[in-house]
Amino acid sequence: MRENRCREQGWVKVSVADAIVEFDSVGLRYGTGAEILKDLDFRLVRGGFTYLTGASGAGKTSLLKLLYLAQRPTRGRVRLFGEELSHAPRTAMPAFRRRIGVVFQDFRLIRHLSAFDNVALPLRIAGRAEHEIEGSVRELLDWVGLADRSAAHPPTLSGGEQQRVAIARAVVGHPELLVADEPTGNVDADMAKRLVHLFERLNELGTTVLVATHDLSLIAATRGAQLMRLEKGQLVDPTGMLRHPPSPARATG
Amino acid sequence: MRRFVPALADRRLLPQGGTRLTPWLIGVLMFVAVLVGAAGLAIANAAAAVAQGAEQRWSIQLPGGARHASAAAAAARQAQGVADVRPVPDQQVRSLLQQWLGPEAASADLPVPALIDVELRPGANGVDLRRRVLAIAPDARVQSFPEQLGPMLRGLRTLQGLTLGLLVLMAAAIAAAVMLATRGAYDTHRSTVAVLHGIGATDEQLAALFQQRMGREALVGGSAGAIPALVLVLLLLAGLERGTNLAAAGGSPLHPGDLIILGALPFVTGLVALLVARVTVLRALRADP
Repeated sequence: MRENRCREQGWVKVSVADAIVEFDSVGLRYGTGAEILKDLDFRLVRGGFTYLTGASGAGKTSLLKLLYLAQRPTRGRVRLFGEELSHAPRTAMPAFRRRIGVVFQDFRLIRHLSAFDNVALPLRIAGRAEHEIEGSVRELLDWVGLADRSAAHPPTLSGGEQQRVAIARAVVGHPELLVADEPTGNVDADMAKRLVHLFERLNELGTTVLVATHDLSLIAATRGAQLMRLEKGQLVDPTGMLRHPPSPARATG
Repeated sequence: MRRFVPALADRRLLPQGGTRLTPWLIGVLMFVAVLVGAAGLAIANAAAAVAQGAEQRWSIQLPGGARHASAAAAAARQAQGVADVRPVPDQQVRSLLQQWLGPEAASADLPVPALIDVELRPGANGVDLRRRVLAIAPDARVQSFPEQLGPMLRGLRTLQGLTLGLLVLMAAAIAAAVMLATRGAYDTHRSTVAVLHGIGATDEQLAALFQQRMGREALVGGSAGAIPALVLVLLLLAGLERGTNLAAAGGSPLHPGDLIILGALPFVTGLVALLVARVTVLRALRADP
């Protein structure tokens, strides 16, 4: 699994060194229940754009939890950013989490903070200066069309607005890896297009993007994206070659 | 560890941390703690005043009255280490006894022992004094002040220990209240903690949010309890000063330094609360991956 792998059409080589995420024989179960994820073996190439699909209950969210370090695998090995993290001490985790942007399916905005403060959180956690935070957050809120709603609190925002705040929070720190769970589930087609464009722009700037979605139009609209499909906790296309093989530019980052 | 939010934002992150009852509970405990502490310090001061110089002071009681008094006093003056010998006049002894026996104490029919006060030089012991006096008056009682005051000093020290025990109990109660309040606040803000943790906040950063809040609440509650207690103590001292001659009784039961110690209790409580909250949150966070 670790040697260079020739992709479907023979002109893209992905080495282990290029991989930002590596899963080897990963399994996950909650408590003493049945395995939710089984024998996951895959790599995400640095700078790649990947969609993850699968029916409800297939294990997409659990897989994402492993990726954004909210869960540890019950077996197998998870490597992120070249580091083996399956058994890493928990004190090491925050530094890795700061390199990952997450868009949660349920947004997870802090209700009593304004949209601005929600978006600013990752930068404040990273200890950035307030004047830097101000500029970055305003710019991003403007980009997602919420410049005039920056003082609003989540309960006063619509579902779509909350989702855009969640996305802004996930990308504000320019993460190396962006993980999004159904990021366009609550926005209209036009906003979905803009958000995908934002993800693509981040991707062009070097962020590796993984988006879990049911939205086939989204997948079709993203040129060069890989597709992974989960069925009953197993990847049915572990090579990521199901559709849209990555362009050479993306694969080599 | 670098703080990740300014003070104002800290408060916004945990808008309802702890319970509203916590500062009040700490305030009540602190009110009692200050009063108990004041009593303990007053007892300690009284014991120190009683014990002060007592090592060097001895007393000779001669049951036969003045019969052997002069000879015993002369023998005492010749004993090693004796600095001063002062026979207590018979009238003074009888006037002392009048407080208990009434006017009958002045009657010449009442046999009153002769008393001699002796002061030793620092470091001297009373062995030679006792030997010489007993050689002249074998039925004499030669006692140091600590021997005479022993039961009273033991009683005072027991009371001092009791007040200290009560203070320890109250400190434990305050720590328990802070711990429960922190757990409550942690549970209330579990979702916020999960979000912050998920986007890279360290355990120390998260603990700092709670410890700042709990420290602040304990300081506010502690001050609210300590200030009226201190005012009460000062009023009691003022009343005592008016009602008795404190200078003759060895001065005020509390020194200025004691009042500073009592005034510092809310700050100590704030620090303890901060520490307890920190440990509580760090332990709770250990359950996360």
